[in-house]
Amino acid sequence: MNKENAVELRNVEMHFNMSKEKLESLKEYFLKLVKRQLHFEDFVAVDNVSFDIKKGDVFGIVGLNGCGKSTTLKIISGILKPTKGTAETQGVIAPLIELGAGFDMDLTARENIYLNGSVLGYSKKFMDSKFEDIVEFSEMREFLDVPMKNYSSGMVARIAFAIATVTTPDILIVDEILAVGDFQFQQKCEDRINAMINDDTTVIIVSHSIEQIERLCKHCMWLEKGKIKMIGEAAEVCTAYKNS
Amino acid sequence: MTTTSSNKGNFISDIKRFSPLLKNLVSKDFKLKYRRSVLGVAWSVLNPLFTMLVITTVFGTLLKVQVENFATYYILGFSIWNFFSEATSLSISSILTAAPLIKKVYIPKYIFPLEKCLFALVNFLFSLIAVTVVMLCQGVAPKLTTLLIPIPIFLCFIFACGASLFLSAATVYFRDIQHLYGVFLTVLMYLTPIIYPLSLLDGHQFILKVVTLNPITQYVEYFRNLVMYGTTPSLESNLLCIGYSVLMFVIGALVFKKAEGKFILHI
Repeated sequence: MNKENAVELRNVEMHFNMSKEKLESLKEYFLKLVKRQLHFEDFVAVDNVSFDIKKGDVFGIVGLNGCGKSTTLKIISGILKPTKGTAETQGVIAPLIELGAGFDMDLTARENIYLNGSVLGYSKKFMDSKFEDIVEFSEMREFLDVPMKNYSSGMVARIAFAIATVTTPDILIVDEILAVGDFQFQQKCEDRINAMINDDTTVIIVSHSIEQIERLCKHCMWLEKGKIKMIGEAAEVCTAYKNS
Repeated sequence: MTTTSSNKGNFISDIKRFSPLLKNLVSKDFKLKYRRSVLGVAWSVLNPLFTMLVITTVFGTLLKVQVENFATYYILGFSIWNFFSEATSLSISSILTAAPLIKKVYIPKYIFPLEKCLFALVNFLFSLIAVTVVMLCQGVAPKLTTLLIPIPIFLCFIFACGASLFLSAATVYFRDIQHLYGVFLTVLMYLTPIIYPLSLLDGHQFILKVVTLNPITQYVEYFRNLVMYGTTPSLESNLLCIGYSVLMFVIGALVFKKAEGKFILHI
């Protein structure tokens, strides 16, 4: 792949089997198999998408619900394997885990910070050295030893954001997470993302807030029904998207 | 450094990168298991002791199973059995419960069944305290061969890992397996000489054959021979144990590897 690119997607297609009813039991499966009723409907979530994201770029993805934004992100971060095509990335990827996904709500915030750090592949020693930063940034010091099930969703998001951005990853994936948290914290998150952008981190943002995309991104892609409708300068794409 | 989505899953680098996760998950399970209980970790020791008391009363005293030092005989078999059954029955739903994580971040998926096996192993090591207590109470002299117990424990662990990989992958596709497995475990338990001696089966050639072929029987006997009778198992039973472990592990790993790519579409 090209050395200047952080992400390269080539003719990526993602198909899902959309069975009308989910078969989850052996009996059903064999009955249907015998009766030859195993129908699967092919659903194409991402259809022949190719694009590059340059290193140090801030790349936004916009589109209506179900247009394939999150699927694209999952392909980039390696969670989903594309049915066709290739997805190549260069560097360490830090996904901003959606609210609470990596957390065990019965554990305290302190324990969760370490657990979540290891989910992202950080060592204990590394987390020890960054622990203060995380606590400081999330402003959750008083609640460190409270089980996270007693947290509000905004509080959970603060911790999650603080952990994911504690390193300067090569690629940061931000999926709608900035929508939670109060305006002050949102400001703080944006500041931190801006700091990363200056540090040459490639940032990929999915958001329904067009203003946010316009403000933060340099380039933008507009997806419609799994296909690229438009790709280019953030301002142009956003204007077109808003007028559609 | 170049990483492509397709070559994510390099075993060696993954294991290195995610070993803190493995450790954290085990310690999480352990903490959560005993959080808010007054006696805490002591339950890992007390539980097998209490079960032993019940079983010894029923089978040793009331039904009079003819085994010398029945309590020791039982708890040795039971702890190995319990290790296997705990590891597999926790693993079986491990992929499903980890769904929120698997959907959001790239993590090698074998971490989850492997973690449950390690957790069961830790519990098993605690239950060895109970074994020691029972042996002291019954005045069973410790044998030198006890030093060799890491061998059967390791072999049984490998076997349990293989079974867990297989079961956790299969359950993603067919949820019935979790329910069926409970019944299967009950059958398997009675086919393992835990509460009865193998000699009880003399004259029932077919059942004896089945029981001897049961892999868990092999591990139980291996363990018991070392700790209780001070004998080292024959070459044949050594080979059998190793064979079972390797075979189960290879099957489990292959099935898991083939299935894991599509987990995300089914969880």
